[in-house]
Amino acid sequence: MRARRLGWAPYALLLPSLAFLLVFFATPMFQAFVLGLQDRTGEWTLASVQRMLNDANFMRALTTTVWLVVLIVPIQFVLAMSMALVVNARLKGSGLWLYVYALPLGISELAAGIVWVSIFTQTGWLNSILEGLGLIERPIIWQSSETPWLILITVVLAEAWRATSIIMIILVAGLQSIPPEYLEAADVYGATTWQKVRHVVLPMLRPSLQVALILRTILAFQVFATVIALGGTGVTVLAEEAQRWATDIDNDHVAAAYAGLILTLSIVSTVLFLWLLPTREEQQP
Amino acid sequence: MPTTQAMPWRRASGLLAAVALALAACTGETSPTPGASAAASAAVTDGGPVDIGQVVMLSSQLVPVEEAEKMRSQILADFAGEVEFIGAESGPFNDRVRAEGETGSGDVSVIGGLHGEFASFAADGLLMDLSDVADELADLGINEQYLELGKLGTDQQLYIPWMQATYVMAARSEAMEYLPDGADIDALTWEQVTEWGANIEEATGERKLGFPAGEDGLWHRFFQGYGYPAFTGALNTAFASDDAVAMWDWLADTWQYVNPQSTTYGFMQEPLQSGEVWVAWDHTARLIEALRSQPDDMVAFPAPAGPSGRAFMPVVAGLAIPNSAENPDGAKELIKYLLQPQTQATTLSAVSFFPVITAELPGDLEPGQQAEEAAVTTMTNASDALPSLLPIGLGDQGGAYNQVFRDAFQQIILDGQDAATVLDSLAGNLQEVLDTVEAACWPPDPESDGTCQVQ
Repeated sequence: MRARRLGWAPYALLLPSLAFLLVFFATPMFQAFVLGLQDRTGEWTLASVQRMLNDANFMRALTTTVWLVVLIVPIQFVLAMSMALVVNARLKGSGLWLYVYALPLGISELAAGIVWVSIFTQTGWLNSILEGLGLIERPIIWQSSETPWLILITVVLAEAWRATSIIMIILVAGLQSIPPEYLEAADVYGATTWQKVRHVVLPMLRPSLQVALILRTILAFQVFATVIALGGTGVTVLAEEAQRWATDIDNDHVAAAYAGLILTLSIVSTVLFLWLLPTREEQQP
Repeated sequence: MPTTQAMPWRRASGLLAAVALALAACTGETSPTPGASAAASAAVTDGGPVDIGQVVMLSSQLVPVEEAEKMRSQILADFAGEVEFIGAESGPFNDRVRAEGETGSGDVSVIGGLHGEFASFAADGLLMDLSDVADELADLGINEQYLELGKLGTDQQLYIPWMQATYVMAARSEAMEYLPDGADIDALTWEQVTEWGANIEEATGERKLGFPAGEDGLWHRFFQGYGYPAFTGALNTAFASDDAVAMWDWLADTWQYVNPQSTTYGFMQEPLQSGEVWVAWDHTARLIEALRSQPDDMVAFPAPAGPSGRAFMPVVAGLAIPNSAENPDGAKELIKYLLQPQTQATTLSAVSFFPVITAELPGDLEPGQQAEEAAVTTMTNASDALPSLLPIGLGDQGGAYNQVFRDAFQQIILDGQDAATVLDSLAGNLQEVLDTVEAACWPPDPESDGTCQVQ
């Protein structure tokens, strides 16, 4: 009965957002794929994809990107989960913590990268402090092209600082939607804090975890400005190569091939998370 | 008033102009433009009642945020009309000029670019004849040789010279005591730079040479205008030659004394100022801050020489009006404004591009600019000077061309691959770029019959 009364209204209300998605997401996505599979004259070809695969920077960019995802996502999850639990514990001043944690969200990716450069550059804050404490004799070069793994660590740190709070916010929202009755019931049965987290909170949080994981992984595949700021040409990632081919080299076709690869990787990881973390109906808020 | 003494930049600018013209393949009969209508240029400075309206200026020069900001807030501040200044990297720059040219209508009324970029636009008939503007500006004494370059081999003035620069070396004074024995800083060789770096490393334990090999550094210009010509006497025609391998071997050897953070450097003035680097090569506009802020602790000196000579790259930027210009009259006013002595002086002090006019500039040169000017003069005057032009006629392939040199650097120096093998494989990419736009060789490569052939 209820469904019938609503009639076409829900669909009409969905139309604007659907149109928006079609015009600004689906169409450019489709165009990017087409662009990646055509050459300058508009012929269908795999030449741009081959060009990308044979590009001197391709393997470097791919491995760095994958490493970043593998390192950033778990680190941020552990951090975000602890932060979310602290905020959700409703301790005195927990509202303040939420704001403090969320601060980096207000800073642009590139600005954050530049701030971290001032920390890690040879004459930067970190070396000055270490030298001041007498821990090192001469500055350590953190951003050396000869130690790309060290640059990678600086990028992971900067990213963890910059983008953990977005996950935290999703998790806090998830935590707050868990009905207090469940936890009270667990208390009644004498569950310890860890048992409550393990058997009540985490399972109930699964939908939020899934969203946060998907979001963070997709964003990690797109990491760009912090890598440019901290790594220069010493390390590179897929998004940086896409940008280079589009603006510096002015070859939209190879750039589109890179963009297509990033999209494919994002889709594969999303499907993987949906499959690995299925949510049951009772977990839906 | 004596003028030559008071305005030393004239020497440097004149010399740069002379070498650029002598090299330009596009020579034509010089048609001097005597007679001046002083009234016209006076109208610009007066502001006057003329309604100039809005002028959109697209530029491949002054793109870095700091430079673009100074362009907007200082250089353009006194213009009577309203200017929207858009800095764009070579890719988007080319795309926009061409897109607007092809549709025959557009927002952009003034294009600021390099000689090589204008050559491509002119070849496609996108640029307006500015002979009338050149005539009106005759009393400013715009360098005749640059004006000739601006004709691009035609009898029309397709662009008006705007400003000029080049690349030199700078060092902190701490580095001077480690100069190799008997080395003359004004006549160094690249081998001596290696020795210099080694001396510093031995004494301090730190690698203090520096190059702008970062994302927005001009590292590719090092290879195109300094490394290759100095070691091979050529560029494209010697890309994979034995002499080229010798250049890469030299760089690989030198790299052990180069700060490994160089791959993050865009502008060498910053690491020079902080002391991360003691000896650096870069564009004059990207060294000036160091020379200006610490004039007593910094020296500027000519680019070193290789076996084939003291190669250097003069940079000539110009101003043009596309046929599709929305506001051509306003555009002409803007060009006249940018050439006025006061504006040229502001340009020099704000972004460190040197003037192209011989009329007297107001004010004195700052010590940093004097240092650069002296280095440029010594470099262009050197008996072994080997000027090398910026790429000409690459159109939208400019970025792809630069990438070949950056790829070579990545693979040979950073990844440690065999130079000869890498160069052989990249030679194909380079030829493909040149073939795509059918670019002829430019100096120091010998003149080519048709498309330049990589060897």
